[in-house]
Amino acid sequence: MTRLTYLKIGAGVLLIGLLAWGVSRGLERLAGLPPDSTATPEGATVPGANVPRITATLYYGAADGQSLIPARREVPLAEGVVPQGRAILAMQLQPAPEPYVSVIPEGTALRAFYVTDRGDAFVDLSPEASSAHPGGSSTELLTVYAIVNAVTANLPTIQRVQILIDGREADTLAGHVDLRRPLQQDLSLVAEPKVQ
Amino acid sequence: MRGTAAIALTIVLFLLALPQAQGTSPATPLTLLSREGRRPVPTIVLSGQELVALDDVAALFQVSVREDTLAGGLTITYRGRTIVVSSDQPMASVSGRVVALPSPAVRSGNRWFVPLDFLPRALGPIYDSRIDLRRPSRLLILGDLRVPRVTARVDAPGPPTRATIDVTPAAPVTVTTEPGRIVVRIEADALDLSIPSAAGGLIDGIRPGDQPSTLTVVLAERSGPGRATPSEAGGSTRITIDVPAAMPANDSASAAAAPVPAAPLPGGSPVPPPVFAATPRAALQTMVIDPGHGGDDTGVRGARGAQEKAITLELARRLRTLVEMRLGIRVILTRDNDRTVSLDERAAIANNSKADLFLSLHLNAAPVGTVAGAEVFYLRLDREGEDARRAAESEEVPLPVLGGTIRSIDVIQWDLAQARHVDASAVFAGVLEDNLRGHVRLSPRPRLSAPLRVLTGVNMPAALIEMAYLTNADQEKLAQSEAYQTSLAQAFYSAVVGFRSYLESQRDQ
Repeated sequence: MTRLTYLKIGAGVLLIGLLAWGVSRGLERLAGLPPDSTATPEGATVPGANVPRITATLYYGAADGQSLIPARREVPLAEGVVPQGRAILAMQLQPAPEPYVSVIPEGTALRAFYVTDRGDAFVDLSPEASSAHPGGSSTELLTVYAIVNAVTANLPTIQRVQILIDGREADTLAGHVDLRRPLQQDLSLVAEPKVQ
Repeated sequence: MRGTAAIALTIVLFLLALPQAQGTSPATPLTLLSREGRRPVPTIVLSGQELVALDDVAALFQVSVREDTLAGGLTITYRGRTIVVSSDQPMASVSGRVVALPSPAVRSGNRWFVPLDFLPRALGPIYDSRIDLRRPSRLLILGDLRVPRVTARVDAPGPPTRATIDVTPAAPVTVTTEPGRIVVRIEADALDLSIPSAAGGLIDGIRPGDQPSTLTVVLAERSGPGRATPSEAGGSTRITIDVPAAMPANDSASAAAAPVPAAPLPGGSPVPPPVFAATPRAALQTMVIDPGHGGDDTGVRGARGAQEKAITLELARRLRTLVEMRLGIRVILTRDNDRTVSLDERAAIANNSKADLFLSLHLNAAPVGTVAGAEVFYLRLDREGEDARRAAESEEVPLPVLGGTIRSIDVIQWDLAQARHVDASAVFAGVLEDNLRGHVRLSPRPRLSAPLRVLTGVNMPAALIEMAYLTNADQEKLAQSEAYQTSLAQAFYSAVVGFRSYLESQRDQ
């Protein structure tokens, strides 16, 4: 190993770091929210501290259970819309950090995520999303739009999101919200986080 | 000797009692009217009380009957719901609620009899279909059949002879004049007829028609062409019939030129029957109530065991009774028992019945147990829905029809049929919210638009209501209470009245 080799490796690491920082800042600007360190849960960091990360806006149930609250969370940086979407959804499907409440049934996993040329994303969820859902129009709307908003808010090239269950088109999760077509972002159920 | 006299007295008393215990048959048999058709129901009259045998009830209504010798009564079970009828007291316990009857159950031989009122009063509340007893016309109506009361009378023998036929609740009618008679066809499944045994003047008689929904006015030979004028007032349709005397023979040419058909010609040649205009269709004639979930789909479950599917069905039945009885509006439930009905089937039931209003009843859930209040939803359209709405407003497809002409028809995208009604649905949701306010607790966001699946395919103004949160312990208890359900049903009823006024104002513009 020559000094030149070390310099090359160092420069490479620096370049990757700068790139990660740049992407992160860019996504923050697109999401339009300042970073909120209080929303990041204790111990919620993904293993591998050296993995570059971005700050994404995820949506959880408010403590009063009546709306969605945008929360900033760090997710691993991935190259390309599809891998980044998978990383964001994997974090979104995890239990909600305090003080928020989960609106996605426990055990729901991401089976697949892909994007069409028209800018429609397909989020394929495991059957628990439907079978473990408690029902009710209001909870179902919170569940559906937590996912739709998480995708559209962080990946600006995606306009609409269709949720699939177990690889197939689904009518609804629990008998209410129409899932037969891709859904657009809906922020009407979103409330601003309360200032402590 | 004394023993022989006692036996003889017993035999005499038995023989005297025998006719009374067996009862007598009523003059006119009772007829059960259902979707399957008509069938007679055997009854007896005992001590002035008309009774029906419980074994006949078991066969007709698929109930099981068990005699409880210890309690001195009978237990009637239908799909897990029970009625206990007393043989001592004129009452029955229907799913725990006491219902008064005209007489206790009576035993005759090895058969048990209950008063006829047992059917609507005791069996009706637990039965899947509505049971309606119409004593004057000797009809027992099972299910959601449209059986308007039709009263006919001759007002003035004349000539001209005038007769009126009243149809309550109001229903569209078509009147056809034929040689020697006028046929009144009423849009109904059957008719509850009250017609005079003898007519007068130029009307020989008013009789049931060839079809279950028709009535025939038979004209006298010396009558001229009859004229029938339908009108609607006070929730009834009235058909006024005027029959003039036949014109003299030398006026036959002018009579033939008259717009109304001539009296029956001696040769019996048929005259084409002109059809009189039917009454204008009522603004709100049919309503569909959709009790959410059902069968395998329980819906939301409360911590105390309340099930969404059961409460929605109970509310739907209450509301149906209110709307049918007070407003005379035909009400159809998308399910009248605990069965699974797909969301498409619910929309299809509403669309096929050409309903004017659709209300889906639900109970809500929240991720937090403190959330409470009712919420009203109507459909929100996304981009695709807006496209469908514009298409529905503008597109008419010309199609060739028989006779070589072209007819324009509206094309409706089946799974987005609601697109053309979203504005009216928003009005209905607003009327619902207004009427619920003050009766029940509303959520902080009481009216919302959302892409709800059951509303998208419904081709009429439609709304969905989440009546309370079963995930809230207090609301769960409340939702099961008689008082809350009554308040809700009353608020829904007022909303139907309010929306009907809106529809009428729109039609008049």
